[in-house]
Amino acid sequence: MTSPASIADPRETPLPDPTAAPALSIDGVSHSYGPRRALIDVSFNVRPASFTALLGLNGAGKSTLFSLITRLFGIQTGRVGIFGHDVGRAPGEALRLLGVVFQPRTLDLDLSLTQNLLYHAALHGISRREAAARSAELLTRIGLADRAGSKVRDLSGGQMRRLEIARALLHKPRLLLLDEPTVGLDVKARADIISHVRQLVTEQGIGVLWATHLFDEIMAGDDLVVLHQGKVLARGPMGRVISEAGAQDVNTAFMRLTGAQVMPGGGA
Amino acid sequence: MSSITTREVPRGFSVSEYMTCLTGIVWREGLRFLHQRERFVSALVRPLVWLFIFAAGFRQVLGISIIPPYETYILYEVFIAPGLMAMIQLFNGMQSSLSMVYDREMGNMRTLLVSPLPRGFLLFCKLLAGTAVSLLQVYAFLIIAWFWDITPPPIGYLTVLPALILSGLMLGSLGMLISSGIKQLENFAGVMNFVIFPMFFASSALYPLWRVQEGSPYLYYVCEANPFTHAVELIRFALYGQINWISLAVVATCTIVFMIAAIYAYDPSRGLARRGPAGGEG
Repeated sequence: MTSPASIADPRETPLPDPTAAPALSIDGVSHSYGPRRALIDVSFNVRPASFTALLGLNGAGKSTLFSLITRLFGIQTGRVGIFGHDVGRAPGEALRLLGVVFQPRTLDLDLSLTQNLLYHAALHGISRREAAARSAELLTRIGLADRAGSKVRDLSGGQMRRLEIARALLHKPRLLLLDEPTVGLDVKARADIISHVRQLVTEQGIGVLWATHLFDEIMAGDDLVVLHQGKVLARGPMGRVISEAGAQDVNTAFMRLTGAQVMPGGGA
Repeated sequence: MSSITTREVPRGFSVSEYMTCLTGIVWREGLRFLHQRERFVSALVRPLVWLFIFAAGFRQVLGISIIPPYETYILYEVFIAPGLMAMIQLFNGMQSSLSMVYDREMGNMRTLLVSPLPRGFLLFCKLLAGTAVSLLQVYAFLIIAWFWDITPPPIGYLTVLPALILSGLMLGSLGMLISSGIKQLENFAGVMNFVIFPMFFASSALYPLWRVQEGSPYLYYVCEANPFTHAVELIRFALYGQINWISLAVVATCTIVFMIAAIYAYDPSRGLARRGPAGGEG
């Protein structure tokens, strides 16, 4: 979490210090829907310029966690920080630094690509002229510049996802959340999206939290958080998580970790 | 990318950022509405059916004496036009607010709510956008009604605008408040039966209140207490370049109260949680 000290102007006294704060910090977060506990004392960090995979089966609590980070739900217990800004207390500053791609599609199908982007930019208070310039640039980058005026409805699933990622980047966030972004895509589209997001990490220093249940999307060097039935079972660099589970690969490690829950005396 | 790290200092939001956000939300809502032709058509057909059929049938039954703001004898069609304008807003307010809370628009609400601007402001923008859509419907109705000899003074088309904005906000907030308050509300039919119909019929939309008073004093009090009555009267007077102060006060007060309560009660986990496991929400 310690990165080289920035050469920021001392008069600016950035509060809190962006170089010390993790891109995302989840601290003792619990959440219940009535009697059912969806998250139990969840804690982990996402480092800036890192790719963190949030591994969990359906119903593990990934979507609830995303809803809390994006302040869609109120935080019941614990604390969520984005570059040190508390989502509960300073949601404006926190959300400014956050880009999100939700699992369900959230584009306006009847509007054009550009109109979708302009709407999102407006929600972030970005002026029309600036928004138009950024939209054009992002559409070029995702290879959809020639479709700028077509309706989103006419895009393929993979193109829509790329557009959603572009949209999430429009306000230049430094943390990007993606909730199972490759579900329902073909092999080629999946590979495109994964490499695009990994590029964002290495080239632009964006911290990424990528929720998935597809193990082949994870690479050596990624950070892992294993979420199962609302609890974090393991977290840390991929190699360490695997070796601590006494496994050879992520798949086996995941099965051992989550399988251990079912057996008596499985701990936490 | 280290160049943007100096942006860390909390800086709040400027007025222009608020305005950009507001216009963006209204613009999108307008675009979407224009794309949903069926919604536009059905929003227009409903009041026109009342105007062309109901009013024509009742013209002979109900005599209207000269009451303010009218200065001459008027046709029944002319009398119910403001009520139908308010009805358009009533339906629009309930529909857009319900869809805001329930699943259909949930994806769009997520997009809206991850905006860093304060949530109360975002919901206010959404209500204003819904009102703007209702204005499109009302003015389209007025154009058609003009050919049906409902011809208020030209200035009335302008003076009615602030009244329509206020009543639109009131009805939109009410819809939002109702949808957060009732948990088991499964569909629009429930709201039709328990909110829209009672509000519409127990009001001055279809008959002048002095007539109601002759028939049933109790119903008269109900009508007088109905905020929708005051929305109708506010619109009726404004359409003739006049202000009904009592109605204005009632509608303004109700708007503020409903809006604050609706924003306070708005819970985005509703509708989401029902898709999730337990369905209960905090």
